[in-house]
Amino acid sequence: MFPAGQLASTCHPYMIIAYRAGHKMKVSNLPVTEVKTGLDIPAGGVTFEWLRQAEDASLHRDQEVHTVAGVYGGQPFSVIEEFNFWRGKPELAEAVAAIKALTAVIKRSEASTMMGLEIELRNASDALKAWDETSISLTAGCNLFLRYVTRTSAVEYEDIAAGKARLIERGERFGEISQKARRTIAMLGQDFVHDGCTILTHGFSRVVLALLKLATANGKRFSVICTEGRPDNTGAEVAKELLSVGIPVTLILDSGVAYMMEKVDMVLVGAEGVVESGGIINMLGTYQAALVARTMNKPVYVAAESYKFARLFPLDQRDMSPSPRHVDFAEPIPPEVTVENSARDYTPPQYLTLLFTDLGVLTPSAVSDELIQLYL
Amino acid sequence: MDARRRTVIDPKVRMVGFVTPTADMPAETAPGTTTTTTQASGLSQAPATTVSNFSPSPVIIPPPQKAAAPPVPVPSPVIQSRPVEIEYPSAAVVGSNPSDSLLASSSLPSSKTGIFMSDLSSVKHLTAGTVDRPGERLMRPLDLLAASMPAGTGTIGVKPGKGQPTSSSSSSQVLPVRVGSVPKSTASKPEPQQATTTEASKPLKERTSKAERRAKQEAERAAKAAAKESGGEKATTGGEGGIGQSTVQKESKAQKAKKEHVPERKGPQPSEKKGTDKMPEKEKKKEVPAPRLQFDDQQKVAKAKRRSLVEQTETKNRVELFRHLPQYVHGTQLPALEAKFFHDDTMQPHPAVYQVGLQYLTGEIVGGNARCIAMLMALRSMILDYTTPGEKTLVRDLMARINNNVNFFITCRPLSISMGNAIRFLKARIAKLAVSLPEAEAKASLVAEIDKFMQEKIVFADKEIVKHAVTKIRDGDVLLTHGWSCVVEMILIRAKEMGKKFRVVVVDSRPKLEGKGLLRQLLSKNIQCTYTHMNASPYIMQEVTRVFLGASSVLSNGTVYSRVGTACVAMVAHAFSVPVMICCETYKFHERVQLDSITSNELGDPDALVKVPGRNDLSALEGWADNEHLQLLNLTYDATPADYVSMIITELGMVPPTSVPVILREYRKEPTI
Repeated sequence: MFPAGQLASTCHPYMIIAYRAGHKMKVSNLPVTEVKTGLDIPAGGVTFEWLRQAEDASLHRDQEVHTVAGVYGGQPFSVIEEFNFWRGKPELAEAVAAIKALTAVIKRSEASTMMGLEIELRNASDALKAWDETSISLTAGCNLFLRYVTRTSAVEYEDIAAGKARLIERGERFGEISQKARRTIAMLGQDFVHDGCTILTHGFSRVVLALLKLATANGKRFSVICTEGRPDNTGAEVAKELLSVGIPVTLILDSGVAYMMEKVDMVLVGAEGVVESGGIINMLGTYQAALVARTMNKPVYVAAESYKFARLFPLDQRDMSPSPRHVDFAEPIPPEVTVENSARDYTPPQYLTLLFTDLGVLTPSAVSDELIQLYL
Repeated sequence: MDARRRTVIDPKVRMVGFVTPTADMPAETAPGTTTTTTQASGLSQAPATTVSNFSPSPVIIPPPQKAAAPPVPVPSPVIQSRPVEIEYPSAAVVGSNPSDSLLASSSLPSSKTGIFMSDLSSVKHLTAGTVDRPGERLMRPLDLLAASMPAGTGTIGVKPGKGQPTSSSSSSQVLPVRVGSVPKSTASKPEPQQATTTEASKPLKERTSKAERRAKQEAERAAKAAAKESGGEKATTGGEGGIGQSTVQKESKAQKAKKEHVPERKGPQPSEKKGTDKMPEKEKKKEVPAPRLQFDDQQKVAKAKRRSLVEQTETKNRVELFRHLPQYVHGTQLPALEAKFFHDDTMQPHPAVYQVGLQYLTGEIVGGNARCIAMLMALRSMILDYTTPGEKTLVRDLMARINNNVNFFITCRPLSISMGNAIRFLKARIAKLAVSLPEAEAKASLVAEIDKFMQEKIVFADKEIVKHAVTKIRDGDVLLTHGWSCVVEMILIRAKEMGKKFRVVVVDSRPKLEGKGLLRQLLSKNIQCTYTHMNASPYIMQEVTRVFLGASSVLSNGTVYSRVGTACVAMVAHAFSVPVMICCETYKFHERVQLDSITSNELGDPDALVKVPGRNDLSALEGWADNEHLQLLNLTYDATPADYVSMIITELGMVPPTSVPVILREYRKEPTI
């Protein structure tokens, strides 16, 4: 169905480009670059007073960066508007929209050096991230693009025009790359779907849909149980999509996961973000489904593109930036009652079986491996 | 040289290789016993007056170029220059009886040792003090052997019969001969040749034909079999026990000893080549993996002991499972140590190294980072003072020097994994130096590298770790920590400075009670603290939200090797689903895999367990050593399986324990070579 060449790329899309540019993946680690910022250690020895001073200095610098970002938001061109424009398109994931928005920043940039461009981009992405702190894929997308810019600028140190052109081309093509990643994942993941199996899915994920559709197209017969997905009603959307390709769907309540689990052969979910530990952040209820599946010894698979990999490491549910979500209750509730509802939860890696990504089928612990290679 | 061979808490066996040259030297005097006596008496008067008594004493034949070398510069040590006070139990007995010095007791007045570190003149004093008594110097190489006899009530190294009378009472002239003959492969070799340089001994190698070698091996094998038949008694008899007797067995033993030796050799020392020359090719190939000395292997220990620099006083009742580890030795062996190191210029540690070593010995410098920084600073000043002797290349000679100095550190306390890594790094840098580089530049670049290492890998790394870790502290958290990790301390203080509201539970454990130090630091910053002992950890864990722990090392399977008690805390936390965060710089990561705390560990002072402060009525353990049914175990480290660790905070970010090999793979390519 797909040319073999597409599948051959088990490397991260950004890495491929980095290699093509002749950039020998020189891994520069962040602390060291920090080290170079003119802080000189006294020859005599290492004292903690000195350390503290340096620390204060660096904190101070951070503040400066933030104020610059604030100023940027006030300028006529707004990344955020640009981002919202791209996000409005149905087939584009949030990370892709973010990268498109950043590409627009490059296009408008008047910076005369790569360094200047980089700073401008960094400010823009900070503004974007600050606008929606809760979105993990937005953050991951911004970081990824910046990472790429840093690497490219190291190569194209001299020629700003060429560097800019390369970055713009790259940004433009990112949507395409994301599509390709999705196809790769579908290709890899459909092998795990076998005839007659029942798949439980939770939340609306374009990748999961692509995977299931490809499996049907390859002649596999299976049924899908999908959760209602309150309050967004994702279940109905998924059911509609699946029915259109002729997959039998059962719709259940979110609270019915445990009830249905004995009939389920595997759980397949998407992810909003994949974090350093190998766990995922996804729509509220994923953790619960994974816990139930684990208890009943059913495999839990996650389909996620590698641009969703984020350098985050939540230790527990409260260790993420909160993303409260308004819920409508049928019955009016007294105002004294506190309603707490989050849009997403964190599923620790020990409850996941495998991750289908465009880098290949990974175990949760391999995520950190990829992230370290990508960001350090 | 070969950095990879160097593993971490390396046992005493490593010093074996370096003793050989020392032992070699007296052989010079062998031909006539009378000459030895005259030289010895000459020695006793001469050195006390001049600075050059720092350089080898006349008994030892100094390396030829050494004569031209300037007096060893003694800089005032860079690191804390406070004097180290070391208590010697028997320090009062000075020179009353030469045989006294053969025991572990001190031959020095302790007052002298007190000031000794601070300047050159006191170093002079000290040396003078040691040399005062004629004859004593000659005995030195045998200190150990002899000392093990009276003290040899332990299982290993009892040397009955033959050797005893000679070493303790007979004339000192004979002794050097015996020692000298050990490292040589055969007794039949003409004595004068042994002293010749490497070039001279090279042809020897060609002369031994294949048949000869085979014959020798056969003889050796036969001897071995014979030795086995005759039972354990002979096995424990030191190969060099009898002096005059040069039976086949003795000879073969010496050979065997040499073979044992071979893997531990480090290339650069020219004098060692003599020993290596006769080694069959097969052995050379086998050389690569030097197994760590297992201290329950009696034969090997006996051999290592003979060459060891320090008294290995036998811990009386060893704990069965931990017999293979170097047993804890009290810090009373300084005199023997000095004698070994100071009478030979090449072996002699740099004053700064000496100071730091003693600080390790007395426990004045503890903690992974502190020890590593102190060591690097000492090696740094050693490099600054280093001058390449003529006819030698800087790379090789300096490497040998560093090995010697590191050996001294090891005799003081086994190296931690982080220190091993730092040394590995330094050696890699030395090996990379271009031979054509002028000495001054080479030294400057090495010093710069050391500084960079300390800054980047330790200081800045800590700063990064603190930055990462504080993001995990939220208002209202109850943080638990164990012992006193300096990184954790920095994290807590930083979080307090950032205005976070949290409470700290300091869990402490006997016998070191290091948590008290941390507690003092935290209280001085007005951090709210709870102090408790390990026994209460399951109770206190209920209210804890985060556990922060330090580590001595993180191994590539994610196992955290840390101060004893860490595993316990981590497991309790795991049982209560409290996330456990390990704060560890990446320079402490190691490729090794360890599944338990038994295979590699450090034994602490068993006596530390005996007394409970404030409870004089608890005297059940007093005199424990006399009770053969009782063994005390004071472990220093333990291994926490990766399952109990949620996260490792490094300067590169927060990673799961499964990512340790990734970090090693991505970042260690270069320093390890």
